[in-house]
Amino acid sequence: MDKVQQQPQRKPSLKLKQNVIALFSGILFGFGLGLSQMIDRDRVLGFLDLAGKWDPTLLFVLGGAVGVTLISFRYVLRQPHPLLTRKFYLPSKKTIDLPLILGAAIFGIGWGITGYCPGPGITALVLGIFNPVFFLIAMLLGSWISHNSWTMIQQKFTSKEQN
Amino acid sequence: MASFDWVSALLGGMLIGTSATLLLAFNGRIAGISGIVNGAIWGDARENWRWIFLVGMLVGGACYENFFAPRPTPISTFAPLTMIIGGFLVGFGTSLGSGCTSGHGVCGLGRLSPRSLVAVITFLTTAFITVFIIRHG
Repeated sequence: MDKVQQQPQRKPSLKLKQNVIALFSGILFGFGLGLSQMIDRDRVLGFLDLAGKWDPTLLFVLGGAVGVTLISFRYVLRQPHPLLTRKFYLPSKKTIDLPLILGAAIFGIGWGITGYCPGPGITALVLGIFNPVFFLIAMLLGSWISHNSWTMIQQKFTSKEQN
Repeated sequence: MASFDWVSALLGGMLIGTSATLLLAFNGRIAGISGIVNGAIWGDARENWRWIFLVGMLVGGACYENFFAPRPTPISTFAPLTMIIGGFLVGFGTSLGSGCTSGHGVCGLGRLSPRSLVAVITFLTTAFITVFIIRHG
């Protein structure tokens, strides 16, 4: 990895600062997942098991996280631009469509089967077990197939409309 | 299973929210893990911040597990096939639905995005149903 070459020639210090923020945010995120016990899949499954011995941990985690972002994002997004770059990279889609609902539904099933969502799935690698490795390889495959098949379906439909 | 520790859960959640805040406030980016993973692997190679964030997640997780955890995180093993099928569905679904628990949950709800609210309600519902069927069906 030659980091020096990858940096733009004009403002290397800005890119470096962005990467420091990315590293620090990542560390906070991973530490938070550990502290909140979300890398323990039994905790997550315990939360999802409403009919069993219910474990409210995840509710507090999500509550803590969303409690912070609800307040901070409101302030942050009122600024003209982020501190280290020119614009906010926010999702452009606004409509509630079939891919959103179908995708979320499928994700929920996988989450319920494994007890891992992508964040804990990655961070659980530090436990030195194979569960997350299988999970992550399959996750990448699923993501790749989804991306390609959906693009294909869309192309088929648009070409039909044109005919 | 150890008893439920709401202080750690709340503090951990707040750290995750703080992480998402820093990434948005400084870099203008959404801390959605499925999006970061997909972007790191298939996106613009010059955008190496995604890989750096992912490495940070491992560093943070390892740091907690080795130096701060009052006891090692319990490890339960599952049949590899279960992890593979579930992992596939997680990848397929988050890619199709443009987000996971962090992107739609932590960040999307924070932005008051209607799309994210619908996504969160949908994936929580199917996850509840899935666990019910597996454990009580």
